Amino acid sequence: MSDSKFKNPIVAWIDYRLPVFSFMEHELHEYPTPKNLNYWWNFGSLAGIILVIMIVTGIVLAMHYTAHTAFAFDSVERIMRDVNYGWLIRYVHMNGASAFFIVVFIHIFRGMYFGSYKSPREILWILGVVIMLIMMATAFLGYVLPWGQMSFWGATVITNLFSAIPIVGDSIVTLLWGGFSVDNPTLNRFFSLHYLLPFVLVGIVVLHIVALHQHGSNNPIGIDTKSPQDTIPFHPYYTVKDLFGLGVFLVLFFGFVFFAPNYLGHPDNYIEANPLVTPPHIVPEWYFLPFYAILRSFTADALIYLPISWLMSAKLAGVLAMFASIMVLFILPWLDHSPVRSARFRPLYKQFFWLLVIDCIILGICGAKPAEAPWTYIAQAATAYYFLHFIVILPLLGFFEKTKPLPTSISEPVLKGGGGASSAASAKPMEKA
Amino acid sequence: MASSADKAGDGAHGAEEGETRRDFLMLATGAFGAFGAAAAAWPLIDQMNPAADTLASSSTEVNLEPIKPGQRVLIKWRGKPVFIVRRTKAQIDEARAVKLADLVDPETDEARAKKAEWLIIVGVCTHLGCIPAGTKEGELKGEFGGWFCPCHGSHYDTSGRIRKGPAPKNLPVPAYEFLSDKLVKIG
Repeated sequence: MSDSKFKNPIVAWIDYRLPVFSFMEHELHEYPTPKNLNYWWNFGSLAGIILVIMIVTGIVLAMHYTAHTAFAFDSVERIMRDVNYGWLIRYVHMNGASAFFIVVFIHIFRGMYFGSYKSPREILWILGVVIMLIMMATAFLGYVLPWGQMSFWGATVITNLFSAIPIVGDSIVTLLWGGFSVDNPTLNRFFSLHYLLPFVLVGIVVLHIVALHQHGSNNPIGIDTKSPQDTIPFHPYYTVKDLFGLGVFLVLFFGFVFFAPNYLGHPDNYIEANPLVTPPHIVPEWYFLPFYAILRSFTADALIYLPISWLMSAKLAGVLAMFASIMVLFILPWLDHSPVRSARFRPLYKQFFWLLVIDCIILGICGAKPAEAPWTYIAQAATAYYFLHFIVILPLLGFFEKTKPLPTSISEPVLKGGGGASSAASAKPMEKA
Repeated sequence: MASSADKAGDGAHGAEEGETRRDFLMLATGAFGAFGAAAAAWPLIDQMNPAADTLASSSTEVNLEPIKPGQRVLIKWRGKPVFIVRRTKAQIDEARAVKLADLVDPETDEARAKKAEWLIIVGVCTHLGCIPAGTKEGELKGEFGGWFCPCHGSHYDTSGRIRKGPAPKNLPVPAYEFLSDKLVKIG
């Protein structure tokens, strides 16, 4: 007790009984972090901060929102016009959803490029995929709440996905609706779940961080840290770097909030829901477009449907493919069995990685276009390539790719590179540490 | 290693103790961050204040025509009860005869009623917020012929002034104006 590491007697007194300060000191301050993390490693903490922003603005919005089909649309308009700063809070929440997905998608592709899902970080990766799934559910539920035309018809389409399930499909859809169409019972339960799921997310994010801190961050070289020379304390080095990244993010984010708040939305959602009129062009929010394109790719005459046409309807195939496009991420750590993590030392994988990125962007573009030629054919080809990448290319690369030699430590390329007196001088204090 | 760099920097500026450039930067950053946090928090707090539509509906117009002499009516204004009383001559005289020295919260009846015939007061007991009885016929009016709060036994007179019991203040008079002889706007 007397030799507590905390000088402040109150902090020391509390920490002796409840070690929260030791915990923070250990996980945030001392926590050894690879010294070579680049700016792609900013997106994890950024996603955490956005989750907090979404929860805070969401709790505030719930103070003014009415989850009833007769009042929901008007209560949202009241938030926009009458509630003090309601417009700001709603636009932050609305664009926050988009920002959350941008940041998380970059975070996921970062993990793919640098092989962050490989042993011993498989569970860390799987928890991340679970987080993305819950995020998608939460975003969908939240989009229904304003009870605009896109809310209503989005909810109708997405819940109808479950009708593709053989035999019990229709019963499941009725169960989800609590009626015979998307109506007031549906809106009520969607609001309840939309409020619940973010807190479930917080719990899984905590597990995600526990799993992360077990073996520490991966790094751009993808080799393990071998000595204290390879690491620096998380605080102040990465807290400052994360804060700088947060500043850049907030400038861009509030650029959208203040100058183009509806750029990523659909004007149709400012028309109150009408169960008797479907808008001519139904499109999900941008972050669902690639998955939407995969769903629509499976038509009765599609080439990719032929191999499974004897087994199931095209409708079911599309729904399963859409879910499979995410499920395949769960087994990614075993599909890609190459022992080398970082794409920097995998010349072939690096090229296939960027092909996958382009493929996902193409799928997104196709999802935004009407389901007509040539977009349907492009989407079908892109869907086929998406699964080809994970199911065929990655496992084969593990066998046949000739990887580049790995450095022996994180410090090695730094100490060798640059050369001359300056690098030697900068290396000196490291050796002391 | 960070601490050794600190010491080297400090030594160069000859400031073993006392303020350094780093202290200044830390303070400036902290102040900037605190200001930003406060600015971000304000909209989240202010949203709980009354919204524009709530403020817009905060005045109520009342038609006085159907109210007979001696009658007391209860109307709702800003979600609270307001008593409107068309007082008789006897009630007015009774209220004006009271000496200020006898009052807990000294206030003349002239100051409380713009037109002697009409008493308009907020019907919320100044003790702990119950609605004093006496507006409806047959309800207890208390020892002073005004209102009686059933929660903790406060007695109000025909001017709505506190005379006996735990309440500290007279029943408040809301802002109101007579738009015509028979129409009053409260709020």
